[in-house]
Amino acid sequence: MNYYESKDLNRFAEVGKFKPELMNKFFDYYGEATNTDGALSKREKALIALAISHFKQCPYCIDAYTTASLEAGANPDQMTEAIHVAASMAAGMTLVHGVQMLNNLEKRGA
Amino acid sequence: MAETALHLVPNNKYDFNKKLRESDIDLPPLSIDTLQVNVTLNCNQACLHCHVDASPKRTEQMSRETIDKCLEILSDNPQIKTLDITGGAPELNPHFNYFVIETRKLGKHVTVRHNLTVTIDGDPVTGESKIYLPKFYAENEVEVISSLPYYQEYFTDKQRGKRVFQKSIDSLRMLNKVGYGIEHGKLILDLVYNPVGAFLPASQVSLEKDFKKELWKNFQIRFNNLYTITNMPIHRFKEQLERQGTYEDYMDKLINAFNPAAAEGVMCRSLLSVSYDGKIYDCDFNQMLETQVFNGKPMTVFNFDFQKLIEREITFDTHCFGCTAGAGSSCGGAISE
Repeated sequence: MNYYESKDLNRFAEVGKFKPELMNKFFDYYGEATNTDGALSKREKALIALAISHFKQCPYCIDAYTTASLEAGANPDQMTEAIHVAASMAAGMTLVHGVQMLNNLEKRGA
Repeated sequence: MAETALHLVPNNKYDFNKKLRESDIDLPPLSIDTLQVNVTLNCNQACLHCHVDASPKRTEQMSRETIDKCLEILSDNPQIKTLDITGGAPELNPHFNYFVIETRKLGKHVTVRHNLTVTIDGDPVTGESKIYLPKFYAENEVEVISSLPYYQEYFTDKQRGKRVFQKSIDSLRMLNKVGYGIEHGKLILDLVYNPVGAFLPASQVSLEKDFKKELWKNFQIRFNNLYTITNMPIHRFKEQLERQGTYEDYMDKLINAFNPAAAEGVMCRSLLSVSYDGKIYDCDFNQMLETQVFNGKPMTVFNFDFQKLIEREITFDTHCFGCTAGAGSSCGGAISE
């Protein structure tokens, strides 16, 4: 038994066992936001979700959005570019805090 | 002991007939528009997903006598408008050209499931060149339907073998050169996409747009329509899923994506499938599983009876979930998109 079991993703809806009205609202919103062609195509949305899945390191989401990207017609080049966007954003977010460090260095006369 | 006994218990987990009953769907035959004839299991390729298990090692061929019988059926039954020739690589049957020419003389539409690379590779057994094929197809106004799993090399070669993508591109250029693929033209060239693994096809409309854009941009290739087809969980593809431990996941995916609208349009309602030895089936997949029409009293092209066939009960099984998932899947692509 691990904390993450891939089969548990299929049980996502069970979170609505209590207060189902809240979960139903979430699923409606989630489906509308991620699984429809709008100003962004379903493929673009799947690639964004794939990037976020990696950024937040959610194993369920990585499984789900690898498949969703393929089923939206994406290819491994596009999927890999998407996770590089996530990775470089993560690196950028770390590095941009270097300005805080510089500010502090300055305050301390270093 | 208990483990052995488990094999005796019928597995109803993937019961397609039950699903139809629960959904209140009845699927009798609507017509017989198309005679789909598998003329050989021999192929110059051995693709990962191939439900026919075709390869250069297969030797099964339809005889001239059986082909003549198919021609007689086409001639005697005006309701059958189209001959759809498939294989293996159908061009590796020695009577293939004869079959096409004689069917065209009957005024019927002919479609050929052409794998593209046979034009370049030739016959893997005799070494006979097949470079004449594009011209032959154009002269006989054959509708060419060709598999191209993706507009890039990676997915295509992964599924169909090394160098298949490049050979397919060369072959497509030859077809374009003789006039295939022009919008509103007479010579129709369709491409078939099927997923490279255990996932459902993307939207046919959106993929067709991508294929047209990318194939034109990178190779100046044009074609008419893209058909998306779901991989059937039988034979070689099923074995692959079982090796990967993903068969159950794939079946669950197909069942969860069951679409009643796609079920209404399944191809077995308007098509008959004939095997190389002349036996008749509801579809190509039933053929490969050797599930003949009229279980117990099979029909062949030698005792063909149109009336009995139009009144038959179609045999459904687990694999039929492949044709009814999502937008559906048929030899003519998505059903309900």
